[in-house]
Amino acid sequence: MPDSNPENLPFAIRHYSPDQLRGALRKMILIRKFEEGAEDSYTRGLIHGTMHLSIGQEACAVGACMALSDDDKITSTHRGHGHCIAKGADVARMFAEFFGKETGYCKGRGGSMHIADVAKGNLGANGIVGGGLPIAVGAALSAKRLGTGAVTACFFGDGANNEGAFHEALNMASIWALPVVFVCENNKYGMSMSTERSTAVAAIADRAAAYAMPGVSVDGNDFSAVAETVEGAVARARAGAGPSLIEAVTYRWRGHSKSDRNRYRTKDEIAGWMAQDPVPRMAAMLRAHGVLEDEGLAALEAEVADEIAAAIQFAKDSPAPRVDHATRDVLTPSAA
Amino acid sequence: MNIAVVDSGLRELSYAEAIREAMDIALATDPRVVLMGEDIGVYGGAFQVTGDLIDKYGPDRVMDTPISELGGAGVAVGAALTGLRPIFEFQFSDFATLAMEQIVNQAAKLRYMLGGAVSVPLVMRFPAGSGTGAAAQHSQSLEAWFGHVPGLKVVQPSTPQDAKGLLLAALDDPDPVMIFEHKLLYKMRGPVPEGAYWVPLDKAEVRRTGTDVTVVATGIMVHKALEAAEVLAGEGIAAEVIDLRSIRPLDRDTVLASVRKTGRLTCVYEAVKTLGIGAEVSAMVAESDAFDYLDAPIVRLGGADSPIPYNPDLERAVVPQVPDIIAAVRDQARGAL
Ligand SMILES: Cc1ncc(C[n+]2csc(CCOP(=O)(O)OP(=O)(O)O)c2C)c(N)n1
Ligand SMILES: [Mg+2]
Repeated sequence: MPDSNPENLPFAIRHYSPDQLRGALRKMILIRKFEEGAEDSYTRGLIHGTMHLSIGQEACAVGACMALSDDDKITSTHRGHGHCIAKGADVARMFAEFFGKETGYCKGRGGSMHIADVAKGNLGANGIVGGGLPIAVGAALSAKRLGTGAVTACFFGDGANNEGAFHEALNMASIWALPVVFVCENNKYGMSMSTERSTAVAAIADRAAAYAMPGVSVDGNDFSAVAETVEGAVARARAGAGPSLIEAVTYRWRGHSKSDRNRYRTKDEIAGWMAQDPVPRMAAMLRAHGVLEDEGLAALEAEVADEIAAAIQFAKDSPAPRVDHATRDVLTPSAA
Repeated sequence: MNIAVVDSGLRELSYAEAIREAMDIALATDPRVVLMGEDIGVYGGAFQVTGDLIDKYGPDRVMDTPISELGGAGVAVGAALTGLRPIFEFQFSDFATLAMEQIVNQAAKLRYMLGGAVSVPLVMRFPAGSGTGAAAQHSQSLEAWFGHVPGLKVVQPSTPQDAKGLLLAALDDPDPVMIFEHKLLYKMRGPVPEGAYWVPLDKAEVRRTGTDVTVVATGIMVHKALEAAEVLAGEGIAAEVIDLRSIRPLDRDTVLASVRKTGRLTCVYEAVKTLGIGAEVSAMVAESDAFDYLDAPIVRLGGADSPIPYNPDLERAVVPQVPDIIAAVRDQARGAL
């Protein structure tokens, strides 16, 4: 029997409706299946270039976006498929982008590493580690000056916290009390370098102190914990009280990209983290609190599988961009 | 991809292996040499150029840096200034943009600003260029930017042999040297002499002799130009292909001598054509007596005025390809036949 004292229920169960919770789980499953589908398409040669998978990190993206509306913005990273889906993107247009098609979110010009969905407030994945941090501060500056009430959530990795841009961005967000929430997905490694080797402080959240903002470290594989922490930071930002730094501790299951020999970590370590899979953890929480039945989960999974299959088909059937349009969109056409 | 310098006595190595061998020799023979860069240790480098050097020399000489390009480059500048010989690997040449300050304001200028009292013997390596589907922020050819900065030396090896010899020459040089390595060349194999040897940092190389058109190419375009020249030879057009090899300084004598001979000049480079290397080479010819020998307008083939797109067909379309070179040179040579 679940505890009936509302005080003891997980935040997510107290705070969100059953529909919202099922929707969140659906998004986590959608991210997982999307990335498995992308990986498979890559192996079949349908996708070229490289890609960075966030499998194992789904609770961070979905948990963090719970507090955001379509008017709120996010900046994303090279490992950005989850952020894009969590913010409401259509997986068919994402696959189309990965397949280099004109119907893709970036008309085939960007690919996985630059996936974006501006209409839903996703200002884009970024090929430059730390590139999104100052941009998020700029988006928050706009929101404050223009009085839109929007908050910006800035996703970045543990590796990015050693770029100068991180430090400069946090400082400016703080001195100008801007509505931005810095969400560090600490998956323990920046490529091959562990946070122990790369970073002078024990917890990245500790760096908040240097910029006079709250810094909180949470279990990034616990949907409810991520959602609760980000909801708090977003509320604070909306109230005009300024930025926060949240460190969501998680783990990437796959290699850094498509060319990783995994020589910097052990199989045991990977297996240990895989045992803490955030997706079944979320499903178990919903089941424990009567939000989801077994049939409901099976139905969600079947629905997602259909959506992915249809999305891949859409991408395959979509037209390629015209080669003579390669130099379009470099500059904005004049209004006249 | 055939190169004119084949000597059957030499072993074949890949371009990446040749660079690794140069670093290995440097580490073994000069205790001041340290390698620095992101994921160059157990990972072996993003393009597996440092490979297993960490096993041989340990983490104090093959140093992984955090993801801190500006700081990392600055540490390398400071170390070079004070007795070490760092070889700094940028994971992608695009990330030079994050370290611009240290490269352009510090490394390039310290000696001059201090009245010649110091030198910055720093070697920087940059995997560059398009063709890997890595899109706009991981595919650029920025070498001409640095060619614009007095105080820097900028080279672009096109063969395994040059990759090794230029790196050893860069290490021997007292000033900052930037080496732009095309990512698509890393797996290319070619003859490489054993042991240490030095390829001059200021000399172009004539890769194929010809009398009708001078084709000045850089980096991977050298190979495309040679392929084009082979086809053109079948049509009776003799193209002379010059591998520019050094962007700063430019080897004026080699280029001008060739243009005086052929009377025609085509420049081929992957970087954006506008305000690029071809403009400088063309101006160099136009400003010299070689101008009087020109029988046709100069032609420049370079990258389109656009970032590098992700879609593979578009990606190919925005940089010169062999058929583009053939068509341009054929057109230019028409009057010569
Ligand atoms: C400025 C810059 N430096 C280096 C890279 C190459 N690179 C891409 S992702 C990455 C690791 C990033 O680590 P982290 O921020 O922890 O994100 P994660 O990959 O773990 O999600 C590196 C070194 C880059 N893209 N941009
Ligand atoms: Mg990381």
